[in-house]
Amino acid sequence: MTGRVITITSGKGGVGKTTATANISAALAAMGHKVVCMDADIGLRNLDVVLGLENRIVYDLVDVVEGRCKVRQAMIRDKRLEELYLIPAAQTRDKNAVAPKDMVRICDELRQDFDYIVIDSPAGIERGFKNAIAPADEVVIVTNPEVSAVRDADRIIGLVEAEQKGPAKLVVNRINTEMVERGDMLAVADVLELLAVELIGIVPDDTAVLVSTNKGAPIALEPKSKTGQAFRDIARRLTGEDVPFSAGNGNNGFLGRLSKLMKSKEGRNA
Amino acid sequence: MSDVQALQIDIKGIREGLLVTLPEGEWPALEQALLEELARRGEFLKGAKLIINVDAHDLNVAAMSRLRDRVTDSGLLLWGILSNSAQTERSAQLMGLATRIHDGSRAPEPEAEDGYEEAAAPQDIGPDGGIMVRRTLRSGASLHAPGHITIIGDVNPGAEVVAGGNVVVWGRLRGLVHAGANGNAEAIVCAMDLSPTQLRIAGHIAIPPAERGQVSPEIARVQDGQVIAENWTLG
Repeated sequence: MTGRVITITSGKGGVGKTTATANISAALAAMGHKVVCMDADIGLRNLDVVLGLENRIVYDLVDVVEGRCKVRQAMIRDKRLEELYLIPAAQTRDKNAVAPKDMVRICDELRQDFDYIVIDSPAGIERGFKNAIAPADEVVIVTNPEVSAVRDADRIIGLVEAEQKGPAKLVVNRINTEMVERGDMLAVADVLELLAVELIGIVPDDTAVLVSTNKGAPIALEPKSKTGQAFRDIARRLTGEDVPFSAGNGNNGFLGRLSKLMKSKEGRNA
Repeated sequence: MSDVQALQIDIKGIREGLLVTLPEGEWPALEQALLEELARRGEFLKGAKLIINVDAHDLNVAAMSRLRDRVTDSGLLLWGILSNSAQTERSAQLMGLATRIHDGSRAPEPEAEDGYEEAAAPQDIGPDGGIMVRRTLRSGASLHAPGHITIIGDVNPGAEVVAGGNVVVWGRLRGLVHAGANGNAEAIVCAMDLSPTQLRIAGHIAIPPAERGQVSPEIARVQDGQVIAENWTLG
C-alpha cells in the first residue's frame, strides 16, 4: 500500500484548518479508507480536542521523532471509526523539535499501512509550515471569504509552488450565502478569481460546527448536516471522484456565476 | 593567501554590489566553499551586498533561506541570485531577492541605503534592456529589474514589481508597482486592469481610487508632476 500524504494549510490562523483536517479525515475513514491524521502544530495542539481524543494521549509526534516510541505507539484509534487514527502533537515543545526530514521519514513509514495521511499544518510560513508540507503529495489550502485570509492563501500558494508541491487545491470555509447576496462578503467567485487554483470545497458558515468541535465529534459524520455533506464532498473529490458543486446549495445566481468562472478558468488552462 | 583553493570562487565588484561566480561542482560543497571564502575574506567584505551566480543549480526556498542566513552570519547581505534554473529564480523572487543585474562590469558605486530614488541620472535602458515573466506573481513575490518588465499574468495584492524602466502587465495589476525606479520620470506603467495597491513612477507616488467602474486597459505616466492614468489606446 502506498498512501497519499495530504497537507491542510492556510497561512492565516483561525480559518478552520484543524476543523477541516478532522472532518476530511473522518469522512475519508467513513468511506472505508485507512486514514491517519497528524497534528503538526507542535506546542499548540488541538486536533486531538476536535476529535475528542485528548484524554487518550500517551505518546506524541515529538516522542516518535526523538525515538522514545514507535510510530504505532503514538497512534490513537478514533472512538467512532475503526480505520481512523491520530498522531497528536506535543504540547510542551515547539516547532523546532521536528525537522522536515523527520516528517518525510515518518510519513514514508505510514504510507505502507494507510491510504491517506492527513497533516494539520500550523499557521504561518515558518518551520511548522515547512515541516507540514515537506512530505506532502497534495496540499489543500483553507481560506475564508475575507481579504486578509485570501491574501495569506495567495502567499502560501506561491510558496507551495516554489517547493514544487503544487498546484494546491482550495477549500473556501465559512461562506455565508446571505451575506454574499447582500454584497457584504467576498463570494467564492471573487476568491477564485484572485487565487486561480482548483476549488475542491465550499463549506457554509454553520454554528453547528462549533458545537461539534466542542463535543469532539466531527460534523462530517452527521448524515443530515449540510456542512457535514460539504466535508464529505471534499473527501470524495480528494479521492478523485467528480462531485458537482450543486449539492446542498440552492442559490442559482451565485452558483451560476461560480460555474461560469470555473469554466472560463478551465478554458484558460487548456 | 597561501591556501590552495580546490574550488575557485570569483568575487568582483559590480554596480549592485559584489558578484560571486561559483565554479563547477555539487551544491552542498559549493555552498561550503563559498562560506569558507567569505569567512576568509571576512574583514574586507563586511557589509557588502552579494549577488551570487549559482548557474544551473536548483535551489528551493528552504535551501536559499539557509544560504541567506549563513551569508548574513558572515556579516554580508545576500541581495541577489542569478541562475538559469527556473526553480532557483522563482525561489529568489519569492524571497524578495534580485534576479537580474545591470549588464556590465562597472565598479560598484556607493549607493544610498534604501533609495532607488536617490540614484543619480536615469539610466539608458536600451532596446534590449527588459525581461519578460510569464506567470502570476502572488502575494510575497518580488520582481526587480534594472530595465523594463513585461508580465504575462497577474500581479496579485502583496506582490511587488520594481523596474528601472517601464512595466507592462498583460493581466490584472493589483500589487505594488514602481516604474522608473532609478529616477526616470518618463517611465510608464500599463496593464489590462490597472488597479495597483500603490503605483510609483520615479519619485511620484499615487494611490488609485478603490472603487472603479468598468475595467479597461490603462496606461499611467507622470504629467506636470502628477501621476495620471488614461485609457490605453493605439497611437
